[in-house]
Amino acid sequence: MSSRPKLQGINRRELLKLTPVLAVGAFAVPVLRKPLLKTGLGLSDWAAKRLFRRGHLAPTFADSELTPFSKFPVNDYDVDDPGVDLDAWSLTVSGAVQKAGEYKLAQIQALPKFRQNTRQVCVEGWDVIGRFGGTRLSDFLHMIGADTNALFVYVECADDYYSSIDMATALHPQTLLCYEMYDQPLTREHGAPLRLQIPTRIGYQQAKYLTDLSVTNVLQRVGYWEDQGYSRVYDL
Amino acid sequence: MAAQTLAADETHGHKVRSTQYEHPYMVRLCHWLNAVSLFVLAGSGLQIFRAFPSFGAKIPQKDLLHWPKALAIGGWLGGALQWHLTFAWIYLATGLVYVGYELFSGNYKQVLFVRRDVSGVLPMVRHYFFLGPKPLQNESYNPLQKQAYTVAVILGLLSVLTGLALWKPVQLSWLAWLLGGFHWARLWHFVTLWAIVAFVFGHLVMVVLHGWANFMSMLTGWKKETE
Repeated sequence: MSSRPKLQGINRRELLKLTPVLAVGAFAVPVLRKPLLKTGLGLSDWAAKRLFRRGHLAPTFADSELTPFSKFPVNDYDVDDPGVDLDAWSLTVSGAVQKAGEYKLAQIQALPKFRQNTRQVCVEGWDVIGRFGGTRLSDFLHMIGADTNALFVYVECADDYYSSIDMATALHPQTLLCYEMYDQPLTREHGAPLRLQIPTRIGYQQAKYLTDLSVTNVLQRVGYWEDQGYSRVYDL
Repeated sequence: MAAQTLAADETHGHKVRSTQYEHPYMVRLCHWLNAVSLFVLAGSGLQIFRAFPSFGAKIPQKDLLHWPKALAIGGWLGGALQWHLTFAWIYLATGLVYVGYELFSGNYKQVLFVRRDVSGVLPMVRHYFFLGPKPLQNESYNPLQKQAYTVAVILGLLSVLTGLALWKPVQLSWLAWLLGGFHWARLWHFVTLWAIVAFVFGHLVMVVLHGWANFMSMLTGWKKETE
């Protein structure tokens, strides 16, 4: 029985040792919550960058596994069809490139064409397997004389959407400037005349209706959804 | 001082029979951090699920259930992902430290479900459902407890693996493949959640049944057996 008072002291000390658990309560404080969650998401993005391997290809699928074109969802944040004038369209290229300027679709289509059946994963949780055709973004970047030591490729879209990817992702062999789906020219709701198709990235980074592309070391803004609080490096 | 404490105890009609150090510090720390992160992960996970509450195709979409927003964490999909991708690290870290500590300290021997425990599970279940006497126990944990805690660790591992497959189905394509692909990994992640919820429910029932002293031992490490 003589050990009882000592034991009470121990109990108090043992309880105090659990205070790190209360530190988690900082997430309940509104002022601290935002920076803490930003740090947590940043840690996840950091891990995503470590996991990315340049030569690792996304799984590809047989034609029989394709989601029918009619069941390939159209996702947008504003309008399905921003009313692009397809005849007058050109891609405006700027930034750390030797040949800045306007590029017509025919110039992009003159580069080697690749077709791939890959999975597109939406951040909402659904996934589809689609057939995409286009030119490798890496080929286009070489054509325009891009500085591939720059950090980012940034794009803007006809519906005022915008997005960016790091250079390693831009140079990945499966990253396409896509102008065909299911062997047909892109339809308007799927991003005519040109969209990004990045099988190593989440759906919201597959920007549609491209109008501008720049190679840059500094991003004024990251991406439409990323700037609302979504992951910046949503590698799959 | 000692006499005062004893007197105080006697006025409450309790005499301390014995005290026992049950839970080492690392176990308690990991337990509570893991419990908090599990709560946040479940709540934010259900908010993420609200964005597409189905395991079928997107077109046509057949919803499995409409989980109420009030029982979810994060407010919207992006917010829920922030909570989920933050607390996943705390969950993973505490899980790894716990398993590492158990292995390193040898503590695992008292709680790991092994072959000799198999025959003792059913008598213990019968006892809890008032269908049999309380089996004799000469170990810290009875066979049913060992089974429950061992399964809980396996479920924790499964929740991490299925989560990783969902988060990185390309870079970890082998893992997604093992689980049957991205689509199935999502279902396994969801099933694992409810299996863990079932464990936690049973765990909490047992905590209530075994009383305050038992509960306090997960806070202080010491369990006071009173008469």
